[in-house]
Amino acid sequence: MAQPANLELVRVSKRYGATLAVDAIDLRVPADGYCCLLGPSGCGKTSTLRMIAGHEAVSEGDILIGDANVTDLPPAKRGTAMMFQSYALFPHLSCVDNVAFSLKMRGVDRAKRRAQAMEFLELVAMEPFAERVPAQLSGGQQQRVALARALITHPQILLLDEPLSALDPFLRVRMRGELRRLQRRLGIPFVHVTHGQDEALALADLVVVMNKGKIEQAGSPLEVFEKPATEFVARFLGGHNVVETPAGLIAVRADRVSVVAEASNAARLAAVVASVEYQGASYQVGLEAPGARDLSAVVGDAAFTKTPLAIGDRVGLAWLDADIHPLSPAP
Amino acid sequence: MAAGRDLDSYGAPGWLQAAPFALVFAAFFVLPLVFVVIVSFWDYNDYQMLPTFTTRSYVESFDGCLTDLPNLCTMFKTYVSTAKFCFIVWALTLVIGFTVAYFLAFYVRSATAQMTLFLVCTIPFWTSNVIRMISWIPLLGRNGLVNQLLVGAHVVDAPVEWLLYSPFSVALAFVHLFTFFMVAPIFNSMMRIDRRLMEAAYDAGASGWQMLTNVIIPLCKPGLAIGSIFVVTIVMGDFITFDEMGGEQIASAGKVIETRLGALQFPPAAANAVILLGATMLIIAVLNRIVDIRKEL
Repeated sequence: MAQPANLELVRVSKRYGATLAVDAIDLRVPADGYCCLLGPSGCGKTSTLRMIAGHEAVSEGDILIGDANVTDLPPAKRGTAMMFQSYALFPHLSCVDNVAFSLKMRGVDRAKRRAQAMEFLELVAMEPFAERVPAQLSGGQQQRVALARALITHPQILLLDEPLSALDPFLRVRMRGELRRLQRRLGIPFVHVTHGQDEALALADLVVVMNKGKIEQAGSPLEVFEKPATEFVARFLGGHNVVETPAGLIAVRADRVSVVAEASNAARLAAVVASVEYQGASYQVGLEAPGARDLSAVVGDAAFTKTPLAIGDRVGLAWLDADIHPLSPAP
Repeated sequence: MAAGRDLDSYGAPGWLQAAPFALVFAAFFVLPLVFVVIVSFWDYNDYQMLPTFTTRSYVESFDGCLTDLPNLCTMFKTYVSTAKFCFIVWALTLVIGFTVAYFLAFYVRSATAQMTLFLVCTIPFWTSNVIRMISWIPLLGRNGLVNQLLVGAHVVDAPVEWLLYSPFSVALAFVHLFTFFMVAPIFNSMMRIDRRLMEAAYDAGASGWQMLTNVIIPLCKPGLAIGSIFVVTIVMGDFITFDEMGGEQIASAGKVIETRLGALQFPPAAANAVILLGATMLIIAVLNRIVDIRKEL
């Protein structure tokens, strides 16, 4: 295996004509880290990944892998490998030939490259399907083959473009566990683009939340969820209420908000119940209040049974001082 | 998709929906073909067809073909010559057609420009084949533009004779007329290639040439096969181009049929048509072995 290497982006920008897709971002991914680029569509996360891969030219800035500046190198010379969205397996080649493709490009002879490809198919438990073509495989199986194809080049960094979005929810959860285990085992950094915050929180060592071509916050999942830096991060991650106060915008986690009587002394905000959703162990209560949108509170099932809430009820919302998290304006 | 259900299970509406095309197909393809086969086994004399079963037309067509071996009889010579043209024209249209389609599909970025250029390729079809052929004559003739230029530039002392009414001019006209029949299906195949596959190949370190041989050509196989079938069938059956551009000096399989028809000898014309059909289907069967077209569509 090649040496795992740090990835560093230095003031990297991407312009498409007059539009700025990625705006001078700085990012450092440690050599053993799992990094998720998280954001809504059009936030620049895929452009960033494609620039790291070398499939998109960098307009300004530099990309460093280990000690090497790879900004102007072709993909195969960077030590990166990319797993494409919906996998881009070659439909005319069997699994083993798909995996062996990059070795064939390097002129490795047939017997040797197929033997090596079989090893990587074993790594992803796909060796029984070696002679099948991609159309005969399920989504999850195709993903494993794509993974083996990317890994056979012994990359220093693996880049994954929405690797789980083509799978059904059940398989998605299973595959993300496998991705995480594989990353630990290989000990190389993975950079994973996703728009699912649960995926990012579950997988990553480093969550990078992007919006409008900028990084809103980069940190561990815990940091990002506990201390969202901006209103965008708080709203995008979900589970947070953003409330305007005289001291500025604050975030309060939905599970730390308690629903009290409207007249109660503890109530900091008066609200009207807009929706009630049963979630098993708890109820998700949607609320409306002037000066704050999309409020919600998580009410435990025992508490809810004691004082049930119905749509249209006027209530008060309370939280502890310790649960207040001030937000800064967008970068 | 009917997925395993046959027409019967749809009842009357299914049959009704299939009927118009089936009738057209039966009336204008199956029936004439059956007549041709039947007539090819009839006898004839100087002024009429005699509806009695005989293999005379076939026997006469292949006259001396076995006894003269290893020398080729007229029939074999004609077919070898036609097949030679067929191969040359096929190879040239394939290379040119592929190049044009490649340019349109991968170099032209905007979809509007792509479609515009593709439609520009069809402009020659606004005039008839014959007119397009004849337009070569002022260019290639003994005192044509090309010869004037060559003599004027002292490249040659006397006008070049083989430019017109020669195998060269026949092949040239075929390539000119039929390259588009290669371009269209190959372009269609290329447009259906997922661009991410090319990125994946690039990511795996493929050079431009490796991309072509390992990804693009294999995925263009259906287009290549369909284009080849168009060109091969047209050239095999053609006689007008051979006449116009070859100065009526070059024999071809189609020309044999035309001559027999001109002499009102319908049974031998029909027999030759059946032989030509067999030969062409043989070539297509070989092509089909290389690419399973039904599977690839």
